[in-house]
Amino acid sequence: MTAQIVSNSPSFSVRRLFVKVGVLPFFLITALVIFTLLSPKFLTGQNLINVARQSVYLVLVSMGQMIVLISGGFDLSVGTLIALTSVVSALGMVWFAGMFPDAIWVAILFGALIGFGVALIVGLVNGAGVAYFDVSPFIMTLGVSSVGAGFALFLTGGVPVSDLPFEFGDTFGFGRVFGIPVPVIVALVVIAVMWILMSRTRLGTQIYAVGGNIKAAHLSAINTKKTLLFAYVICALIASLTGLLLTARVETGEANLGGTIALESIAACVIAGVSLRGGIGRVENVVLGAFFIVLVQNGMNLAQVSSYMQMVLLGALLILAVIFDQLRYRMLMSGT
Amino acid sequence: MSNPSLISTSQLTKQYPGVRALDGVDFELSAGEVHVLFGENGAGKSTLISMLAGANTPSSGKIVLNGEVASFESVADAQGQGIYTVFQEFSLIPTLTVAQNIFLGWEPRFGPFLDHRTMRSRSREMLSELGFDIDPGQLVAQLSRAQQQMVEITKAFHGNLKALILDEPTASLSDREVDHLFDFIKRLKSEGVGIIYISHRIQEFARIADRVTVLRDGAKVGTVAMEDTDDNRLVEMMTGRAIDEIYPQIAHNPAETLLEVDQLVGIGVKGASFSVKAGEVLGVAGLVGSGKSRLFRTVMGLGSKQSGRVTYCGRDISNLSTREIIQAGIYYLSPDRKAEGLDLAKTSRDNLAVNLVMGREVASGERLVQWKRVDRGVSTISDTVELHQTYRRKPVAQLSGGNQQKVLFGKCFGQEADLIIFDEPTVGVDMGTRSALYRLIRDLAEAGKAIVIISSDLPEVLNLAHRMIVLAHGHISGELSGDDMTEDQILKLFFDESGVET
Repeated sequence: MTAQIVSNSPSFSVRRLFVKVGVLPFFLITALVIFTLLSPKFLTGQNLINVARQSVYLVLVSMGQMIVLISGGFDLSVGTLIALTSVVSALGMVWFAGMFPDAIWVAILFGALIGFGVALIVGLVNGAGVAYFDVSPFIMTLGVSSVGAGFALFLTGGVPVSDLPFEFGDTFGFGRVFGIPVPVIVALVVIAVMWILMSRTRLGTQIYAVGGNIKAAHLSAINTKKTLLFAYVICALIASLTGLLLTARVETGEANLGGTIALESIAACVIAGVSLRGGIGRVENVVLGAFFIVLVQNGMNLAQVSSYMQMVLLGALLILAVIFDQLRYRMLMSGT
Repeated sequence: MSNPSLISTSQLTKQYPGVRALDGVDFELSAGEVHVLFGENGAGKSTLISMLAGANTPSSGKIVLNGEVASFESVADAQGQGIYTVFQEFSLIPTLTVAQNIFLGWEPRFGPFLDHRTMRSRSREMLSELGFDIDPGQLVAQLSRAQQQMVEITKAFHGNLKALILDEPTASLSDREVDHLFDFIKRLKSEGVGIIYISHRIQEFARIADRVTVLRDGAKVGTVAMEDTDDNRLVEMMTGRAIDEIYPQIAHNPAETLLEVDQLVGIGVKGASFSVKAGEVLGVAGLVGSGKSRLFRTVMGLGSKQSGRVTYCGRDISNLSTREIIQAGIYYLSPDRKAEGLDLAKTSRDNLAVNLVMGREVASGERLVQWKRVDRGVSTISDTVELHQTYRRKPVAQLSGGNQQKVLFGKCFGQEADLIIFDEPTVGVDMGTRSALYRLIRDLAEAGKAIVIISSDLPEVLNLAHRMIVLAHGHISGELSGDDMTEDQILKLFFDESGVET
């Protein structure tokens, strides 16, 4: 029904909406209609709250991915970094807690700091490779993602790290403050910080400018290399934060966390109107984009679509979103 | 010219939705003549030749070839009838050899396999027939721009040549390469080939042209014999106004020296020394490849400096990065606004905001960007460069070349520069906008800024500059001021060979 209304409305305003915000509103409406028809449980308050809670992790990673995409690159290593953070911080916590059984919170902090330290290194390596050595972002982050996955498996021998401090999972995985789950609060804070960063700070303006036309940015007194470096470091730190939250949720350090999240986060961004050419994208839309991806997954689960078929659909959705992105860019440039 | 007409068009018109690109043009090319097409960008030159080349079909009007009405289905069809075109954009594949490029699309075969031996030997024959000294086995990427041009010309020859169309062939050639090309054109001419030659370089016309046809806004202004006209007359025909209406008078109040360059050496720059004063306009002329743009890109830190000293306001800036040089107060406007000047997918507001945010006035001391202040700055700048309201909210890609250039000019206001280097400030800009841009330059100079204008458009430099330097082969071949700034003087300096390595 809703799709009908859209196609009946004047095509001009549809085009304008499409050029302005991208394909997301159309995808979102289509998904809502299809899944509501397929499952009566889909469009219930409880289910939507579930979706919102589950989408926290993807929202976070997509924030980081968005920065890198706007700077004109992309980061395929976010999934690996989640796994690596999980393993490294879990090992750190277990080791520290074993040495000082009474200082549990110090152990948690210690583990988290090691995780962020690793993320900082990965972000610097990605950023330096792309900015200073002109390696294409695709190869750089693909290579780093193999290196990271290898380390994560090497450190654990493929066995999950268990016996994490109880307080860690209890607080950051399942805890609530004023009835709101802690991961949700973390996500809200990150969204707010990212919104300010991208729209109100010089660095944000520089990232948009570098992604839009790096040579023009260079001739406008922007340190393009440092800007790119920052983009990759911020992305890595956010991915690492997500890794910690997921570790708290599963209560083990696992080398196979975040397996599909690189693809999912790129899909979330592109569907939300972040251009793969760089320079274009908005924080608030990316939040919705990530929400949309989780919504589709939830809908497919309710409709009992097998997880293998879900992979097929996710990939197809990404390609479709990129095709629409190209179309949108052409319309934007020609003004038709 | 008593020769018979080879190609003629009558009332040739090309209508695009909303635009009449060519409006009832009568054009005539005789066998054995060089006929120059002259006009501003967008005047219809390219549209006219694209129809003669078979790349485009006319909306109305007809083309007559050798006395018979002709129509061309495609470029290959036009070539089959003896008309060859060398477009401005080369159609060579850099990773293939010369021979492979020449035979691209019609490779000789040996059964199902390519016959590389025949390809090479026939390429060699074709090249030597044209008098080009190029090895057919070389990769195109390794050739100089001039040699690539020769390969492009060779590629066009697949049979009997009646007419050759050259679109801006000298745009990137050195003067020696230009000489070579002109010799070749003269040889073709003596063999009775008709040549249509498109160029902006008015100083070349006297050397090769028999007749000149001037186009403006898609219509023909007139055809004149080269011997009956001169450069000023041609410019007036092209622009539709006298020269002194286009170029404003700029008051000359030289103050303290801002920039001093001493024996600067870089890639393509072989030891240049000059200075620029506040309140004056320094013109920089030279042929393409003379290093006139390179010199200032090296000053800006965009090309590596090997030796020499650059001082700005008494401060040594030889080893600073481009960013630090801009922050010191020099702004450089790129000649290529699409590739390195503007972010095309953004509005003029977003483009200008970048410079305001990076500039001294708006963001200094504040942690967060004050968008209200930025927006006020943006609208002040947009008013200054006379950017019409309706264009301010559109992506820059949708604006005309002239309006894009206005936005690019606006960027130098955002960054508080005291020395502004305009590199080819009016490339692809119509005459109306040009005089607006020249007025901006005047206002900046009279407000006490130091201005550098690098331009291949000689009248532009001659009419705006108070003083000028001429480059040839990467060194400064002369400095002129006052009454010495004449076209003759400059042309002599253009071909100064003292910097040539032997």
